[in-house]
Amino acid sequence: MAGRLLNIQGLKVHFKTDDGWVHAVDGVDLSLDAGETLSVVGESGSGKTVTAKTILKLIDMPPGRIMDGSILWQGEDLVPARPERMRDIRSKEIGFIFQEPMTSLNPVYTVGEQIAETVRQHQRISRKAAMERAAEMLSLVHIPNASRRVHDYPHQFSGGMRQRVMIAMALSCDPKLIIADEPTTALDVTIQAQILDLLNEMKERLGMAVLLITHAMGVVAETAQRVIVMYAGQVVEEAPVEALFDRPLHPYTQGLIRSIPRLDLAATEHRRLEAIPGTVPSLLSPPQGCRFAARCGYAIEACRAAPPPLREIAPGRKVACIRAEEIA
Amino acid sequence: MAQYLVRRLLIAIPSLLGISVILFTVLALAPGDPFEELATNPAIPPEVRANLRASLGLDDPVHIRYFAWLTSMLRGEWGFSFVSRIPVDDLILQRLPVTIAVIGASQLVALAIALPVGVYAATRPYSIFDQIANTLAFVGFSLPTFFTGLLFILFFSIYLDWLPFVFRTDIEATGWNWWWQQLRQSIMPIMVLGLFQGAAWTRFVRSAVLDVIRLDHVTTARAKGIPERAVTLRHVVRNAMIPVVTLVALQMPAVFGGAIVTEQIFRVPGIGSLLISAILANDTPVIMAVTFVIAALVVFFNLLADVIYGWLDPRISYR
Amino acid sequence: MAGSIPASAIASPAAAARPRIGPWREAWRRFRKHRLAVASAVVLGTIILAVLIGPLFWSLPIDEIDFTARLEGPSLAHPLGTDDLGQDLLARILYGGRISLAVGFAAMSVAVSVGVLVGAIAGMAGGRLDAALMWLTDLFLSLPQLPLLLLIIYLFRDALTGVVGQELGVFILIVTVIGAFNWMQVARLVRAQFFSLREKEFVEAARALGASRARLVWRHILPNALGPVIVAATIDVAAAIIAESTLSFLGLGFPPDIPTWGRLLFDAKDNLDFAPHWALFPGLAIFLTVVSINFVGDGLRDALDPRRVQ
Repeated sequence: MAGRLLNIQGLKVHFKTDDGWVHAVDGVDLSLDAGETLSVVGESGSGKTVTAKTILKLIDMPPGRIMDGSILWQGEDLVPARPERMRDIRSKEIGFIFQEPMTSLNPVYTVGEQIAETVRQHQRISRKAAMERAAEMLSLVHIPNASRRVHDYPHQFSGGMRQRVMIAMALSCDPKLIIADEPTTALDVTIQAQILDLLNEMKERLGMAVLLITHAMGVVAETAQRVIVMYAGQVVEEAPVEALFDRPLHPYTQGLIRSIPRLDLAATEHRRLEAIPGTVPSLLSPPQGCRFAARCGYAIEACRAAPPPLREIAPGRKVACIRAEEIA
Repeated sequence: MAQYLVRRLLIAIPSLLGISVILFTVLALAPGDPFEELATNPAIPPEVRANLRASLGLDDPVHIRYFAWLTSMLRGEWGFSFVSRIPVDDLILQRLPVTIAVIGASQLVALAIALPVGVYAATRPYSIFDQIANTLAFVGFSLPTFFTGLLFILFFSIYLDWLPFVFRTDIEATGWNWWWQQLRQSIMPIMVLGLFQGAAWTRFVRSAVLDVIRLDHVTTARAKGIPERAVTLRHVVRNAMIPVVTLVALQMPAVFGGAIVTEQIFRVPGIGSLLISAILANDTPVIMAVTFVIAALVVFFNLLADVIYGWLDPRISYR
Repeated sequence: MAGSIPASAIASPAAAARPRIGPWREAWRRFRKHRLAVASAVVLGTIILAVLIGPLFWSLPIDEIDFTARLEGPSLAHPLGTDDLGQDLLARILYGGRISLAVGFAAMSVAVSVGVLVGAIAGMAGGRLDAALMWLTDLFLSLPQLPLLLLIIYLFRDALTGVVGQELGVFILIVTVIGAFNWMQVARLVRAQFFSLREKEFVEAARALGASRARLVWRHILPNALGPVIVAATIDVAAAIIAESTLSFLGLGFPPDIPTWGRLLFDAKDNLDFAPHWALFPGLAIFLTVVSINFVGDGLRDALDPRRVQ
């Protein structure tokens, strides 16, 4: 396992609130090889964004706290890493793309200045060279008139264009991994496809690994090689993309896939779009056994008694359900 | 930017006119004759008085009187002080530099307190430092300047006997000694005003920084690997200054109010103490002119704040 | 899962009554969390009680001149000392407190009334009238208040005292003028509430049901603006007390024989070196009152202003 680019084991991140500790991430395993695209899917509140931000320690601590686990980055554990070390890793080794392009850029600096700031943080180059690098990055992400637009402010760009700027910024120091946290959620549907295409293109040209956080199964199908499904702060299933869509093992994954609107079927078969009944359990005091049991049609007494372990039932396929073999 | 400036200027002119209308209305509605002084002076014969009234246009209809008054105000023809017989504009020009100096210095003091304290408190919300700073800020702007002024005199002049409590214009010293004496007598008025404003601004800065610190672009800056100090300065404080400028501009009337009180306590010969002595002496032309000058200065500072605002926020010039 | 049924689906009167108590209890819970605000409420209550019923227990007259007891420090006979005429300072401060607090609350009511009126008209009318009223609001915000207060009082004091007597005349004048310079915040709040609520469903519904405009404003919009307005009103009381004290301190407020707190300071300021108590006690009274009002206002903001709650 030492050869992996990123290897997270048993990660627990809890948040202190007035009502008690929220178990936002509660024992997550996740690993990623160089050049690979891994997608993490789940509803809002499943802990996927917290997991992603914890890798770069971008969550607020306090109230957040890493309770347990390790985050091995090229073999080095980042959990005990000092702030100076984290700063070296941020952007230079791991780039981050945020969900909200409209608010993720600072309105008072030009986009060029903001990209150049990143570059100059990690490389000893002149201001002028950094601005040239910024223009170069903008043209790489297909922003027209890049050499002129580096001097524009964020409010002069549309949402999709701003997300391109964010991508350019994340890529500006040639990181080995890009973490994209719901990069298309805030955008129009037509723009979403363009941004995903751009991410795929960048990956092909630059060869970095991508960790794509999303709640949309459609996005997963288009970009990822491997998928991790999270529910209530835990991983419930892990599989290669085709296998997951072919034969989902966990009842929650099955529900997720059934809830994708399918144009081809809708017209002919009158199939109803299925929503998963019920809501995510409170993470203040999560249930003892399987966290999905309350919403699961297959749940039996044993499900509620003890948490189901994440078992590897075929090569590359893991699932946290004791009845997986029966129901899949 | 130029366009934005012109627009702000065009907005400032109606404000100034509005203020002049309010001032004139107050004067016009005032019962009695503002020139009673002349009326009761037996040395002036009635026909001279009537001529004077006619020449001042006191018997014309109200709107004509307003325009006549406004043009003479704008042309700097502010008349003569009833008391000292000196042209009012000379009197004000004599006094204005002192007031501007005291206000300017005290605003620097306020800034020097509010910026570091507000930012430090906001970056550690609900820490001991934050709670103490917040409580002191509340106490600071709940202490009226006239009371802090007296407390300062009581402590520094009477108890410790360190500082003089009467401002003198006739210091008999030269060179460095003159500056030293000047500093000694200015320090209390400046601190009284500065501490009061500093307390109010600390709260503005703190809440503005708190608002900015949770914005997404700050997380972006951290994700870029920028050190926390630089994140705070470049991406938090820089942005938080935008709302602070507006709030500070709104404080300008209060700043001048505080200056009047402070000048009166320490007998600083500025336009504030000029106003009070003019009121106590029923010196109408001086009262009107000083009020108008202070109003114009407030409008001017608001305009200045608009310029700074436009300079701080690149979005503004495109709106 | 009864808890997940939306409250609006339940039609029983008991359930309908619950949310009406809820917000206030919730506000009280939040207010209590602000310890300084609670302490300040106690201090403020004590001050108000003291100036209201204090004179019943401390019956020394405010104007009894006693040259044998001039400029005395605190003693049993005079707990807060005496002034240069040997008048008892405790009695004078208690009496002055009535005036200061009365001015504070009366000026606040003037400010709130004007503010609600201007804000409601602007919010209801919209368009040009709204723009004009907001321009006026901004204009008033940039007026130099103290010089204008001084000017107006200087010009009108004698005329008004001629009509209704000196004390009442000055009181009316000061209250009106201070109120007239402090309504802007309330006007903005009320107007903002109009704009944010105008599109809300329940107002739409009420309008569809044929509620008259006045009724709509009175029953639906103003109660929603209440929280922020109460907070602004609290701060207005403090501002008015400071304004009145400032006027009196400059010797331009109430006539010399009425010992308001500011007037006591004005008289005391030339005797600082041999009678510091004369200035300290009224100054402390102003400070304690103002600081506790400000803290209560801060606590009320936590409790009532939904914009501040996360």
